[in-house]
Amino acid sequence: MQMMNEQTGIPFILNGRPVRSLSAPGTRLLEVLRDEFHLTGTKCGCKEGECGACSVLINGRLVTSCLIAVGSIAQQAVLTIEGYRETERFAVLDAAFADMAAVQCGFCTPGMVLATEALLSEHPHPSAEEIRQGLSGNLCRCTGYQALIQAVRTAAQRGAGLW
Amino acid sequence: MMPISQSVIKKDHLAKACGQAMYVADYDTTQMLQGLILRSPHAHAKILSMTYPPLPEGYFTVDYRDVPGINEVHIVKDDTPVYADATVEYIGDPIMMLVGPDERELERLLAQIEVNYELLPAIIDVRDGDTAFFDYHFGKGDMDQAWAEADQIFEECFETGYQEQAYLEPQGLIADYNQGKITVRGSMQCPYYVHGALAKALGLTPDKVRVIQDVTGGGFGGKEDYPSILACQVAVAAYKAKGQPVRVIFGRREDMEFTSKRHPSRCTYKAAVKNGRVTALDADVIFNAGAYTTLSAVVLQRGIIAASGVYDIPALKVHGAAIKTNTVPNGAYRGFGAPQTFFAVEMLMEHIANALDEEPLAFKLRHMVRQGSVTSTGGRYHFPVPLPAMVDEVRKMSDFEQKRQVYARQQTGTTRRGIGISLWFHGAGFTGSGERDIIKAVTRLHKLADGRVEILASQSDIGQGIKTTLCKIVANELNLPLDQVSYDNPDTDRVPDSGPTVASRSLMTVGELLRRAAIRLRSQWQEGVEQTVEEHFKEPDFVIPFYIDKFQGDAYPTYAWGVCAVEVAVDTLTGVNEITGTWASFDVGTPIDLNIVIGQMEGGLLQGLGYASMEQLAADQKGRIRNHSFSDYIIPTAMDVPLMKVQLHVEAYPDGPYGAKGAGELPLVGAAPAYMSALEQALAGPINHIPFSAEDALKLIRQSRRA
Ligand code: FES
Ligand code: FES
Repeated sequence: MQMMNEQTGIPFILNGRPVRSLSAPGTRLLEVLRDEFHLTGTKCGCKEGECGACSVLINGRLVTSCLIAVGSIAQQAVLTIEGYRETERFAVLDAAFADMAAVQCGFCTPGMVLATEALLSEHPHPSAEEIRQGLSGNLCRCTGYQALIQAVRTAAQRGAGLW
Repeated sequence: MMPISQSVIKKDHLAKACGQAMYVADYDTTQMLQGLILRSPHAHAKILSMTYPPLPEGYFTVDYRDVPGINEVHIVKDDTPVYADATVEYIGDPIMMLVGPDERELERLLAQIEVNYELLPAIIDVRDGDTAFFDYHFGKGDMDQAWAEADQIFEECFETGYQEQAYLEPQGLIADYNQGKITVRGSMQCPYYVHGALAKALGLTPDKVRVIQDVTGGGFGGKEDYPSILACQVAVAAYKAKGQPVRVIFGRREDMEFTSKRHPSRCTYKAAVKNGRVTALDADVIFNAGAYTTLSAVVLQRGIIAASGVYDIPALKVHGAAIKTNTVPNGAYRGFGAPQTFFAVEMLMEHIANALDEEPLAFKLRHMVRQGSVTSTGGRYHFPVPLPAMVDEVRKMSDFEQKRQVYARQQTGTTRRGIGISLWFHGAGFTGSGERDIIKAVTRLHKLADGRVEILASQSDIGQGIKTTLCKIVANELNLPLDQVSYDNPDTDRVPDSGPTVASRSLMTVGELLRRAAIRLRSQWQEGVEQTVEEHFKEPDFVIPFYIDKFQGDAYPTYAWGVCAVEVAVDTLTGVNEITGTWASFDVGTPIDLNIVIGQMEGGLLQGLGYASMEQLAADQKGRIRNHSFSDYIIPTAMDVPLMKVQLHVEAYPDGPYGAKGAGELPLVGAAPAYMSALEQALAGPINHIPFSAEDALKLIRQSRRA
């Protein structure tokens, strides 16, 4: 075990646990998550903020972690798919995605799941337009989005009260 | 619906949904070296000399001199070098790889490498090309008589652009050389293609080569041949690294700029018409192959075989050429040459109908092939052609007639509307005799003593759901619960070569082999013992043997069919159009899983609509592709999805498992012409190229105003 000096590193909350990143403050959060904390559920599809595969939630807000410098998130709460998958809400989303076969290659999926979480927290009963808007920062090349939209709608219905 | 069609939860669903599925970039890199490729900045040049800077401890270079076997990547023809040795043939041609532990240091060092070039003349525009990599001719009927007797002759040139597969996971592989054996793993469609390429480039016997597919984040053809090239490059690096694995994961820009794409095309068609019927068609199909041959031969073959579309035209003359240019080599992309020719022939039929003052759909229906008709290559449509019924379904769903009539009236105001329809097929499985003569697929079922059964095959699940559908077939035949049948990502040390994951063949061909294997296993089933059964491909008896030298015979045993209607609204001030509806009916035979098949249809259809419009990619005059990021190469987002209604029309194929045929590629193939036909109606002018942009629309609006 590496000795963790209380004074060094950038402190933030990662999936509910306080942690410190020893990476340079300019390092992309995406790289910190994947390389330093070995949380590889957050995917890298472009590193330019365009694809959404690297989406995580910071204080509940959906962000592309490839565009966030770890130095800028001190004391904030980061939720990745590894943390989110332990929640009751994930179970509802997971079942809805499964029933609609909304996962094909799966590379966009962790990001899509978190985008859905952000969307449903804001609009527990989203309209068709709100769903499309909510997913529009996350590219999916496989599904044509129909199954994803369907899955979000289904999750919203089944999860009434959860969001 | 057959019980097998009922959707299940996909085998790989949970691992992917919760982020546990291991893609190649997800392995711990602490013990790995990274590789960075130095690429040619010139479209065509002779390499005079290379000077490497002094390298820190732990860093080394890899170039053609390090290739232990032959410096060629085995694909179809083997002209692609592993690393350039004498010349570079396109911007991006790999020259060498720099390998070491730290990526940033690699970038710094790579910039210090000096290469001296002697520039050579480069051919960028396909029209300037003077080398045909492949040149094919075939035909049927009496062309001379048709021209002589024609009432009218139509001639038109159609062009299509590049299309980038844009799988969300970029290309990536890891190679490891240990105790005389090379192991390569990562993102790929065809483990045994990679296997063959490695054996040749490393000069190893097949037993010293191991290839493992990792969970793959999409392929769409883009991971058909390209991983063979990258595998050779990374493997040579690992060979030199002696014991330390080497990893190369592309960034998006490197992936978009330098890996294979759909061939841009120029198709010149001439049609003879007599008494309102097309009696002859002369199709001249030119594909821009790029700098090396890679898969151009087979892509071109599929393209030209589809040159006459779904129409029964008595006299046919087809010429196809894949022309060398000093641009990135083009390769496989869902549809494999057919989207290009289907665009041409569908638009041509529209235009002839318009000129004859006949409703295009009625005109097309009058020319349609039916069961027993002769194919373009003198084969037969052996099975019922369900297009008329599918057209009716789509007409009904979309309210086609009504809309078509309303939009045909003079439109005023800033919004113009249109609706169009297209018809197409996709030949199921490999073109010609490839399956019988080259692939010779082998599959196995391995039953464990406890009664669980494992599928041994080399198909990659790249998102299309093959892990689930193959297991469903075997479980069904053996009366086992689905969780008692498993299929792991293929590892060539463990699985036989059941062929590549291409050509919409996996479910139809390999699925049927597994079904038969399962029947045999059932008949020999013994409780409590381990058993293995093996099954080999056999061509169905009805097939008329295909000869590629003459383009004669059944190019495909059967066909999947597609009908699609697209409705658009165009803003005449901006030229921007919105798809207000898409309706489609697809016949892929029996769906082995309804959700999975519908997902394939929707995803493919949207790629086809993107191909027609927003997906714009071009090489500049120097041969450089500049739109190499998702901000310059735009693919559809959730905001761009139209209302999409997809339904299946089932015409069961007796030689596919439970009646299933090829599915994956079909939905993309003919989407563009439906879209363009709708735009033609809205804009009251002809369209003969894609991608069709808002600027193109404005141009057409101005033209039709003048007219
Ligand atoms: S990797 Fe961050 S948006 Fe694509
Ligand atoms: S499932 Fe492949 S990108 Fe969305």
